[in-house]
Amino acid sequence: MTLELAIAILVTVVGASTPILIAAMGELIVEKSGVLNLGVEGMMLVGAIAAFVVLFTTGNHYLAILVAAAAGVATSLIFGFLTLSLSANQTATGLALTIFGTGFSALAGQGYSARPVTLLGPLFPSELAAHPIWRVLFGYSALVYFSFALVFSVWWFLKKTRAGLILRAVGENDLSAHSIGYSVVGVRYMAVMFGGAMAGIAGACFPLLLTPQWAERMTAGRGWIAVALVVFASWKPFRLLAGAYLFGLVMTMELYAKASGGPLSVIPAELWAAMPYLATIAVLVLISLRRDASTNAPACLGKPFLPSN
Amino acid sequence: MPNRLELSGITKQFPGVLANDQVSFAVKPGEIHALLGENGAGKSTLVKMIYGIMAPDAGEIRWNGVPVVVPNPKAARKLGIGMVFQHFSLFEALTVLENIALGMDAKIPSRELEQRIRAVMQTYGLLLDPHRTVATLSVGERQRIEIVRALLLDPQLLIMDEPTSVLTPQEVDQLFTVLRKLAAEGCSILYISHKLHEIKALCDTATILRGGKLVDTCDPKQETSRSMAEKMIGTGLKDIIKPEGRTFGEPKLVVNRLRTKKTGHFDVPVDGVTFTVHAGEILGIAGVAGNGQNALLDALSGEIRGEERDAITIDGLGIGLMDTTERRRHGLCAVPEERNGHAAVGDFSLADNSVLTARDRLGMVVLGLINSGAARTYTGKVIADFAVKALGPASTAGSLSGGNLQKYIMGREILQKPSVLVVSQPTWGVDAGAAAAIHQALVDLAAAGSAIVVISQDLDELRALSDTLAVINMGQLSAARPVSAFSVDEIGLLMGGVHGTEAAA
Repeated sequence: MTLELAIAILVTVVGASTPILIAAMGELIVEKSGVLNLGVEGMMLVGAIAAFVVLFTTGNHYLAILVAAAAGVATSLIFGFLTLSLSANQTATGLALTIFGTGFSALAGQGYSARPVTLLGPLFPSELAAHPIWRVLFGYSALVYFSFALVFSVWWFLKKTRAGLILRAVGENDLSAHSIGYSVVGVRYMAVMFGGAMAGIAGACFPLLLTPQWAERMTAGRGWIAVALVVFASWKPFRLLAGAYLFGLVMTMELYAKASGGPLSVIPAELWAAMPYLATIAVLVLISLRRDASTNAPACLGKPFLPSN
Repeated sequence: MPNRLELSGITKQFPGVLANDQVSFAVKPGEIHALLGENGAGKSTLVKMIYGIMAPDAGEIRWNGVPVVVPNPKAARKLGIGMVFQHFSLFEALTVLENIALGMDAKIPSRELEQRIRAVMQTYGLLLDPHRTVATLSVGERQRIEIVRALLLDPQLLIMDEPTSVLTPQEVDQLFTVLRKLAAEGCSILYISHKLHEIKALCDTATILRGGKLVDTCDPKQETSRSMAEKMIGTGLKDIIKPEGRTFGEPKLVVNRLRTKKTGHFDVPVDGVTFTVHAGEILGIAGVAGNGQNALLDALSGEIRGEERDAITIDGLGIGLMDTTERRRHGLCAVPEERNGHAAVGDFSLADNSVLTARDRLGMVVLGLINSGAARTYTGKVIADFAVKALGPASTAGSLSGGNLQKYIMGREILQKPSVLVVSQPTWGVDAGAAAAIHQALVDLAAAGSAIVVISQDLDELRALSDTLAVINMGQLSAARPVSAFSVDEIGLLMGGVHGTEAAA
């Protein structure tokens, strides 16, 4: 394998991993606050169609990203209102949100299929990324650098800031946090909205980074992989980064296996396509076999907050 | 000098209950003042009003001579009132430092906070690593966090709500040293407890509440434990009636090298546990929480399935491989420590809860169908015999107060007349009258020929109840000896893990 091919693969892996990473970082914050939002896939699809429509009509990539984030927040607020204000079951509401997002994006996207847009180009001038080695560092779009910054920021926020400490406290023991005087519902709303914004941006990655057009269900289950990754990474940001790239690699291998026809194509294409999902299942099984894994889970994860008075 | 705190005519009405009725007393600067009373006497309501959690309906609170209104705990802390609660509101997955930071009203940079914490710990000898995760700490260490948190605010009055209920005698001594030092520096302490000998040892003044009314203010050093207890209850105190010179029958429950596996991160398994309980004998197992008591109870009840048939035998029959249902059928009943959710299902009626443990022994299930009449009758009998305050067999377990639910659970097991009964913390949080009733029922069950194992952290209870005593520490059980052969100090040292005295025994 030549250096250039290796670099090309690496760059593709980074691209494929970015939406999963961004969505999973959002979900990590949500889960750290004690809320399980299974609607990531739905929020991503709403973000994807919002980004596509804005991009198609204005041609402005950055405006598309902002609108996608806003659309993600709006979708997450449906979830937030039902689960936080009305104490609805989080699992059921999250599943409903995904079904809603799938249907809504298909409806809103009618008439937009097979209409091309342009992808978001690299952030730095192409001279910087001329040499293949430099391409590894400077060859990506702004969204990729955003995802790197996001990993570090989330880690720093959780570990070093008072707001992050309060967020963890709310996810760990909502009743104690309430009795000390923190607004459990308020903190969780903020977390859910952040998760929505990140899912929206992750959705925007599909028309902006990967395939320059709109297709129904174009996120293809990546939202679910993001949810699984949070557990896989034991709610740790840098482990999440590693996990996201591992999945990105598996997905990219599928493309290369089809294209190159080499030894990799011995494995049928269908199996390659199923690989990320099989890997998700395998990882979750491995995690649940490891006994201490659950100790890092936020203790209030998925439980509605019901103060006694 | 004005009184540090002065209450006059404090009254608080709840729907159907007058929780505090014209309560007036004063705490002087540097005084250690005990607040005594049974459960429901109104102690908690009173301190909640001092700490600003509730507002009084009538009456006046004076702070250093000035009338004040305390609208919330934050205002109380600002005045200089600190409180250490009975149930800690700590975050298990966070560190000591993070827990303290969360509870501080002012935002202090964590480095500065750590320095202040270390200074307070140094001054009062409260040793604790600020970077340890709370989940790895013992109950005594967790209490130190709460005390440090309160002391960081330089309080002039510290309220302690039943602080010693889960501590070893040595930890109690350490706590008293800290409290005496604080008092010597002028900090007043309001000390809520029902352990009378502690109050005699520590407190300068005692205010006794009964049914929301102040019945007496006395000097505990001039009183006997018995006289104070009778003031609390209002009538003479019943002693446990234990026939003198009892003899035990044949060995009933024999446990031989019982061991469990470590299952969770913070779980303490037991290893090599060996003891024998004869018919008519009550074996007490003392120990600080988290030393394997839960694993021992689960291994005996059958919740943890054993690997060796003969590790546990009843009347010579090996039951080590049986599950809970089979063990119950063979006469072994068990009551775990956690009442709501483990010993009873909160959302189920009491009758349904009776079916859950008594179905086989009392024939409540016939051909897979529940005989609900039998369940109701039996539950009614439990309610009547154990004076459970409940509307009837149809009330849900969750609607009962902790003490009442405990009475129901103890009654449910005792009336099944098990040949072996294993109980954990039988009277935790139960008031003195109900505790005496539960103790008497256990003694009577033993007198009828059952073997009983009582796992408890309450040494007074164990010394009053047990015939023989053993101490559990880090999953190891000391040799059982007659309870009269132990001194309190010795039990305390064993609880703390000093096994040197064992060789001498």
